[in-house]
Amino acid sequence: MKRTFTFPFTLLLAVLSLVTVSLIGCAVYTAPTREETLQIVKSSFQDRGIAKLDRLNQSELQVACSEVALTGKELPKDLRARLEKQALATVKLPADGVYLGDFKQGERIAQTGVGMQWSDTDKTVAGGNCYACHEISPQEIAYGNIGPSLKGYRKLRGDTPAVVSYTWGKLWNSHAYNACSQMPRYGDANILTTAQIKDLMALLLDPNSPVNK
Amino acid sequence: MKGITRVALAGAALALSCTAALAQKETADAIARYRQLLQDGNPAELVAARGEALWKEKRGPKKTSLEQCDLGLGAGVVKGAYAQMPRYFADADQVMDYESRIVHCMVTLQGFDRATAAKNPYSGTGQRQTDIEALTAYGVELSRGVPVNIPQEHPKEKAAFDRGKQLFYMRAGPYDFSCASCHGVTGQRIRLQDLPNISQNKEDAARAFTTWPAYRVSQGTLRTMQWRLNDCFRQQRFPEPVFASPATVDLITFLGVNANGAKMDSPSIKR
Repeated sequence: MKRTFTFPFTLLLAVLSLVTVSLIGCAVYTAPTREETLQIVKSSFQDRGIAKLDRLNQSELQVACSEVALTGKELPKDLRARLEKQALATVKLPADGVYLGDFKQGERIAQTGVGMQWSDTDKTVAGGNCYACHEISPQEIAYGNIGPSLKGYRKLRGDTPAVVSYTWGKLWNSHAYNACSQMPRYGDANILTTAQIKDLMALLLDPNSPVNK
Repeated sequence: MKGITRVALAGAALALSCTAALAQKETADAIARYRQLLQDGNPAELVAARGEALWKEKRGPKKTSLEQCDLGLGAGVVKGAYAQMPRYFADADQVMDYESRIVHCMVTLQGFDRATAAKNPYSGTGQRQTDIEALTAYGVELSRGVPVNIPQEHPKEKAAFDRGKQLFYMRAGPYDFSCASCHGVTGQRIRLQDLPNISQNKEDAARAFTTWPAYRVSQGTLRTMQWRLNDCFRQQRFPEPVFASPATVDLITFLGVNANGAKMDSPSIKR
């Protein structure tokens, strides 16, 4: 009588211990979720100067575009359309209707790369650092190639109202025309002032600018 | 006549743009030659020598040297250890890179409190190297020529890699930058500075990982991998990564695993 009980009990024990061993020995690895990673990232950074921790709070666009870069998947069509529409809505056109400033100032702004780093202050006049990524004036040969060449901008594209307002919008919030553009939102993120953006517009669109010579 | 003028103008424009391209190539070549010439004498040797002396010196409240520090290959084994870090350490139940481990050993063996050990890890431009920098130069010198072999066996090592990858692609801050904004495509440059594609190009990732730490001529000082990340995040407009924090170890794990198999060649010398 006792025997018939013992056998299945031993078997059960064996099965249980096998399960336990497999759970401990080769625990199934699950990759950390985005939220788990974010928590560790946030605990690993600190405020320094003007660069505060709140900069790690991502916008919906930043989250979506990070995901696209991480996974290599395309942005869903409707989300792309919505993000671009939202970005376009942030663009503030110049109140006085004047789009072009001084191209010489524009060249200086394009050359300067400071602003919003912890090594800067809130008094630092930021630059656009345009040459980091773009070819612009032909005289400057130390240009990067992350963005497209802007040499001969006006000669190639003209200066119709459509080109002017597109260029303004691109500088103000590049995501308006390409949701996951790599270019900073110079107007929307308050990196440059309206006057500085006008100067950059002139660098690209003034017929006397070296860009168009 | 009009046609001829147009052809001549086009020719002149072409010649001009060729001149610009040539000038750029000449500048890039000159920079490459400059880097080549720098390889002859590397002041990092002196830093590594100071690091070795520090390693063997009895210091801290416990008046002990770091000679019994376990860098993953057993207590006191320095040779080849850097090439296998970050790795999981059971005694701390966490993944640590070389610099984090040095701090750990300064705390556990020498009795420093952590805040003191991890304070001011980076020297100022032209300033004397910090202890962390000297100890790192010493360690990495003893891995020269050793193939990178960052382990991915322990679940915490895998998790460090996966988090590091996620952080690499995380766009945030006022400029919307991530590491991948500059280091995710092959053949990109900022101005004339070539940018390694660390995430998807094995050769680029290998060159980047195996040549840090480096003596930075423009700053007159030796820079570690923790510093390299720190200064990238500054330009990324992020807040500051805490020295030896988990996220920095995660990122170094991601970079290191992508470089597995390549031979360490550090401290190197850079512009």
